[in-house]
Amino acid sequence: MLRDITLGQYYQTESVIHRLDPRVKLAGTLLYIISLFLFENILGYVLAALFLALVIGLSHVPFKFMVRGMKAILFLMLITVVFNLFLTPGQELLRLWRLTITREGLHNAVYMALRLSFLIMGSSIMTLTTTPNNLTDGMERGLRPLKIFKVPIHEVAMIMSIALRFIPILLEETDKIMKAQIARGADFESGNLIRRAKAMVPLLVPLFISAFRRANDLAMAMEARCYRGGEGRTKMKPLIYQRRDRLAYLCILLYLGCKMAAGLV
Amino acid sequence: MALTVDHVSYVYDPDAPLARMALDDVSLTIPEGQFIGIIGHTGSGKSTLMQHLNGLVRASSGRILFNGQDIDAKDYDKKELRSKVGLVFQYPEHQLFEVDVFSDVCFGPRNLGLDKAEVERRAADALERVGVPRELYTQSPFELSGGQKRRVAIAGVLAMNPEILILDEPTAGLDPKGRREILDQIKELQTRSHMTILLVSHSMEDVAEYVDRIIVMNRGKIIYDDIPRNIFKRYRELEEIGLGAPQVTYIMQTLRKSGLPVSTEATTVQQAADEIMKVLDGVLVC
Repeated sequence: MLRDITLGQYYQTESVIHRLDPRVKLAGTLLYIISLFLFENILGYVLAALFLALVIGLSHVPFKFMVRGMKAILFLMLITVVFNLFLTPGQELLRLWRLTITREGLHNAVYMALRLSFLIMGSSIMTLTTTPNNLTDGMERGLRPLKIFKVPIHEVAMIMSIALRFIPILLEETDKIMKAQIARGADFESGNLIRRAKAMVPLLVPLFISAFRRANDLAMAMEARCYRGGEGRTKMKPLIYQRRDRLAYLCILLYLGCKMAAGLV
Repeated sequence: MALTVDHVSYVYDPDAPLARMALDDVSLTIPEGQFIGIIGHTGSGKSTLMQHLNGLVRASSGRILFNGQDIDAKDYDKKELRSKVGLVFQYPEHQLFEVDVFSDVCFGPRNLGLDKAEVERRAADALERVGVPRELYTQSPFELSGGQKRRVAIAGVLAMNPEILILDEPTAGLDPKGRREILDQIKELQTRSHMTILLVSHSMEDVAEYVDRIIVMNRGKIIYDDIPRNIFKRYRELEEIGLGAPQVTYIMQTLRKSGLPVSTEATTVQQAADEIMKVLDGVLVC
């Protein structure tokens, strides 16, 4: 029933991209997204597309999965395209009743759609090739400099990894509770909004109770193993840059350089 | 009022690279009034099969007939089916939600659209049948002991007046005394209220004493479907799939091997004790 929802949408396979240090992937994705918003021209977009295609090819993740991420923002993309298409002032191309399509509008709409899809695919690559735990590890290490400003990086990372860990568990639990209540004649699907909201009570109460119980158990288990925050804590698998990570950084810089050069032409 | 499963298969996640058959061409008939034990270890498909029986999961292929009608037919009333085929899940925590025990048990019959008096009559009746004392009616279901929670959960389904009651591991996590009490009460539902009962379990010990028929499942298939005595004769095969027979079977087999001419057909401790006494008396007389 609820199996189709995937949040940490890791795709398990063997590839160079999977093996990269999560920090490289995080920094790379961030730089790629920034690069999409700088230096707009056709050559720039071709470069961005080529780079994306190269990474997708290397990642061994079927293209189908990249597109899956796009479905979620289809609506947002549609609005963006429509607004850009009709509301940009400029040289008139086509007039439909009171709506006009301008040359600049068409230009903006196409660029915006491309930019958004590259952005989504670019970040999909990161989440598809990195396990959620690796990702939080990478974030914890990458954001360590912020500690100087008293940002509780370790705590935030711990909260994130626990939350990620519990998503599938709670989803499965929701599925079971739903079935148990449907077996008692509960109806989650019909009726108006208020009735449906009321029908959620038999689902939410057991779910909350179970979530609190699990949180309690987890806290106890952590304490039993002497967890007391990030101070002086070492890792079982510390993140260490390898040769391939340096190479990857080099590739990203190379791409940025090309993109900049293309923008200046 | 029979339930028939006709060549049902169920595939988990047909899109996944490793599609797994949770049920593989399962057929069985459940006649009225029987107490059936369904046994298999984790992942054998027993819980999936149970969820098919009241339409919570739809079969990938094959049909399920209740009183001769296909439950997956478009115009079939699933809600009606679920009131006739009651399913109690393993963890009572998954269904208890109300402020007190009594209103929680009322949830099922209220969903059937009955009037208030009838709902309350059924709830009180169901609670009494599973042996929940009156002073607990106003307590929060979350403050009860494990055994009492399980009773309230069973009452919650019983209150819908099902003809067939399916229980998924009703004794998991209970101590031996609580186990026996619950199983005795379930047995009573069969003998007194003439309900058909399906008890899903991975423990032979639990099932042996109470049921009329045992269905053994392994890897999505039914491998044995017979009366307990015949099932336990195959204890070696059962061991191979990680199940085994009740302890008395082993005791009787060992006694026989060591030269005491007992019959190995006993399935309960009482029967075994009687058999041993009988044989011993014979030996002593000689």
